[in-house]
Amino acid sequence: MLRLLSFAALLATWWIVSLLAGDAKLPPPPAVFAAMIAEAGSGALFFNLGVTLVRVALAFTLAMSLGAAIGYLMGRVRLADRFGDPWLILLLNLPALVVIVLAYIWAGLTEAAAIAAIAINKLPTAVVTLREGARALDASLDEMATVFALPPWKKFRHVILPQLAPYVAAAARSGLSLVWKIVLVAELLGRPNGVGFEIGVAFQLFDVPLLLAYSLSFAAVVLVIETVLVQPFEARASRWRPRAA
Amino acid sequence: MRLEVEIAGKTFRNAAGERHDVIAGIAFALDRGEVGVFVGPSGCGKSTMLRILAGLDHDFQGRVSRPVDARLGAVFQEPRLLPWRSVEENVRLVAPLADEAKLSALFEILELKAHRNHFPGELSLGLARRVALARAFAVEPDFLILDEPLASLDAALAARLRDQIALLVDGRSVITLLVTHDVDDAVRLGDRLFLLSPRPARILAELPIRMPRGGRGDAEIAAIKLDIMRRINGDTIEPGA
Repeated sequence: MLRLLSFAALLATWWIVSLLAGDAKLPPPPAVFAAMIAEAGSGALFFNLGVTLVRVALAFTLAMSLGAAIGYLMGRVRLADRFGDPWLILLLNLPALVVIVLAYIWAGLTEAAAIAAIAINKLPTAVVTLREGARALDASLDEMATVFALPPWKKFRHVILPQLAPYVAAAARSGLSLVWKIVLVAELLGRPNGVGFEIGVAFQLFDVPLLLAYSLSFAAVVLVIETVLVQPFEARASRWRPRAA
Repeated sequence: MRLEVEIAGKTFRNAAGERHDVIAGIAFALDRGEVGVFVGPSGCGKSTMLRILAGLDHDFQGRVSRPVDARLGAVFQEPRLLPWRSVEENVRLVAPLADEAKLSALFEILELKAHRNHFPGELSLGLARRVALARAFAVEPDFLILDEPLASLDAALAARLRDQIALLVDGRSVITLLVTHDVDDAVRLGDRLFLLSPRPARILAELPIRMPRGGRGDAEIAAIKLDIMRRINGDTIEPGA
């Protein structure tokens, strides 16, 4: 109920501001919805959202799996940590734009370059989070597994993975929000389709309703994925806690 | 099958780089079916010794020859259960071969039947300790390590569990190593008692109890305890006495 009220308040604020600022700068909600419906009617909205989502999914999966593996290794093996740390600091502080531009220069304006660039931007944060998780592993449970001679895969599945789950969830959460932002930049700079490309077009034509139509649709998709996928995973990973936070 | 232990010394280095001797000299051997009980003051190095015997710590002087292929079961000082697995899953995980009948019997004995599907976070410490005991018994160990398994349990339950431990170690020929500071538990469960000195630990005295566990009445136990108390208080006995 409160959420609904908050949403209504947002809409009302938007409408009032649009009246004050004028249509050219901020069109009122009906104009934006009309643009949204027009794009949906032609199929362009769904096509572009779909293309962007596929890029997000690929880059996210790539960065998460690679980042988790590297992070776990760095958290468990001191040598790996000391070797990988300078790389990590470099990657963490490299601006997303630099990675994207270099990827397009080196690999051409290709799909692979876009996805790799997005993944490389997300990778270091996943590594850092998982490294923290691997460092926080409970040594006493490790000893328990050793004493009872648990086979390695069983130990990983039942002793280590549940301890890493909150960190994986945190990395997924923050990583996803990062990917949402970067994918649009990558599309704007070097792809012929996707939400980022359409927003670029709308910017060049000063078509503010179209720009907002794509932005809001995109935000809605992000919201749905957060509530349908990310939050249930977090809840499941922490269901054993007597009182889940 | 025999456990032979000769730990000549074990030192720790603390964060400041100072060396601390934890174990000065512990040597003994245990045969199948024997319960060796180590009694000593808090912080004397008992748990360090158990870690070495469990194969968790290889950084010591001396040697430990454990029976080859022996299944190890252990109850740590803290329960060390997996908080994200239910009581039953915790036990089944380490003992995948245990059948349902055996597990039910074990849960029955340890009064855990009502808690099979609970998570460890929902259990009291006493209950969690019982789960840890169930886990160690479920693997049908050849070598059983018990680090203060009855601490923080109420007297009646501790007595019942003690009887259950006695039943188990008598039922199959297992090498059992029990560490406790409760002389009563030691005398009721042990075949051989080892009295440890304060840190760095060495064996002050070894006392065999020849009477079978079942036949020890209150009078015999009181007599043995008196003997032990005398030895502990009169610190003059040499090792091996």
